[in-house]
Amino acid sequence: MTRTGFVLANLGRKKTRLVLTLLSIVTAFLLFGLLQAVNVLFSAGADFVGATRLVTQARVSFTQSLPMRLLPQIESVPGVDKVMWQQWFGAVWQENTQLIFFATDSARLHAVYPEYIMPDAEWKAFADTRTGMIVGRQLANQYGWKIGDKVPIASNIFPQQDGSKAWTFDLVGIYDGKDEEWQRSTNVGWINYGYFDEANQFGKGRAGTFTIKLTDPDRAAEVASTIDRMFENSSDETKTQTEKDFNIGFFKQIGDIGLIVRWILFAVFFTLLLVVGNTIAQSVRERVPELAILKTLGFSNGSVLAFVLAEAAALCIIGGLIGLGIATVIGIAIGGANFPIVVDGQVWVVGLISILVLSLAVGLLPALRASRITIVDALAGR
Amino acid sequence: MSDAMVQVRNVHKSYVRGKQTVEVLHGLTLDIPKGDFVALMGPSGSGKTTLLNLIGGLDGPTSGEIHVGGERIDKLSGGDLAKWRARNVGFVFQFYNLMPVLTAERNVELPLLLTNLSAVQRRKSVAVALEVVGLTDRARHKPKELSGGQEQRVAIARALVSDPALLICDEPTGDLDRKTADEILGLLQVLNRDHGKTIVMVTHDPKAAEFASRTLHLEKGQLLEQAAAAA
Repeated sequence: MTRTGFVLANLGRKKTRLVLTLLSIVTAFLLFGLLQAVNVLFSAGADFVGATRLVTQARVSFTQSLPMRLLPQIESVPGVDKVMWQQWFGAVWQENTQLIFFATDSARLHAVYPEYIMPDAEWKAFADTRTGMIVGRQLANQYGWKIGDKVPIASNIFPQQDGSKAWTFDLVGIYDGKDEEWQRSTNVGWINYGYFDEANQFGKGRAGTFTIKLTDPDRAAEVASTIDRMFENSSDETKTQTEKDFNIGFFKQIGDIGLIVRWILFAVFFTLLLVVGNTIAQSVRERVPELAILKTLGFSNGSVLAFVLAEAAALCIIGGLIGLGIATVIGIAIGGANFPIVVDGQVWVVGLISILVLSLAVGLLPALRASRITIVDALAGR
Repeated sequence: MSDAMVQVRNVHKSYVRGKQTVEVLHGLTLDIPKGDFVALMGPSGSGKTTLLNLIGGLDGPTSGEIHVGGERIDKLSGGDLAKWRARNVGFVFQFYNLMPVLTAERNVELPLLLTNLSAVQRRKSVAVALEVVGLTDRARHKPKELSGGQEQRVAIARALVSDPALLICDEPTGDLDRKTADEILGLLQVLNRDHGKTIVMVTHDPKAAEFASRTLHLEKGQLLEQAAAAA
């Protein structure tokens, strides 16, 4: 027997209590893993884009579109290199699977987003095929689409001239990201704005946002301010911000994901603290004579403290690792192109730190109490 | 001094209980030679267990000196006293006080976790201790699977395993029937006679005391012999 063996033997003394406590820790860390992954996903969406691009949207909300006539004025602002526009298509695949699709101009997309890598022939095919569409690798892989496929995609916003919301596009290209992070964002499809605008029943000549590639990232604030001033007090006031801020703002339409995640996790861990803390405290209370015997045999106060802390840590480590493990598996199982939940190294590191903090938080007080037991009083039942 | 295993010199011990201070031992002096088997008897509250705790280093005196095995233990700090207990004293209690989650052999092995012995050496020592108490065949059983007498034998094996010179026994047969009690006391006699262990045993049972080489009587915190002399 080793000291570790002794700790584990004590841990298993009440099987039902052990299982229930472990379940609560597993559940907490499962939630932690998944929510933290969602948080990372949303903040990563903003982090990796850099500050080389601006996005101009309607000042009130990005759900309001802007007229295409703003394009030449935006292009004329010093510091603007290239401008691309995009319109949210509201794509729906089959029964009710929402996809991220935009209508745009192929050449401008290519110019503004050099991070999307695709053979020139496919860029040309996209430009030349009115009903053409290109999709990112993730999306193509998820739905098994191949170049040459005719893909029926409905729009939950835009009907065609005949009133039908069913559209069909020819898949002419599949793009990749320039690196791993950009590859993760290849969950977007693009269709030709020209075809879309002509076939679409309403809202013609409008774009949801303009994406501006800057000549110099250091001029971002100046360019943004110039554009917004240009349309001040017009019927189409604008709000121009860096692409990163735009993405953060987009996610904040849903809510401040980080804040929501933090509050949920706070509630979960606070409850866990009470549950596990009470379990460890109760376990120490039940074993006062046994702990006194350990001291009688010659174990020091520090050893007894370490035994109780180790029990708390073992409980938290076993439960936490199982919870994070299940979260990782669930992330792999449910994460798709549109919602790539990855319980990655970053989540694991934060998770492991949380396990250690939790172990200390739930174990320290009972451990101190155990270490301060007076042998004579404990053996006399006082 | 060299022949005495235990020397207690003018020891006073008082406890604070609520607002009251209760003096349990009043200037007690006692010598126990090496290899002695002493029974401590006396009415409840006479200070038997308090004296036993002081000799075993489980508690410290309010004043006075206690030497065990030539070492003055009343001056040792808590940590040093713990180390001293691990090396020098084995304890046997009325209610066995075994770890319910461990098998008999694991219970016996527990004090050896404080030594530098290897796992193989520990197993050998445990086997010897269990053989001495005649419980080799029950080594893999947990306390709840053993009878009271067997549990007490495991407790004695645990007390013996680190080969201490002094055994402290607090009512070791108080929870056992007569026959089993006699077996346990016989075992203690063997340990004293054949293995040279010095044993100090507290008991209420005059029949148990008969197994000891001598009996000391405590009353009101003093040895009766000393009280008589003082009178």
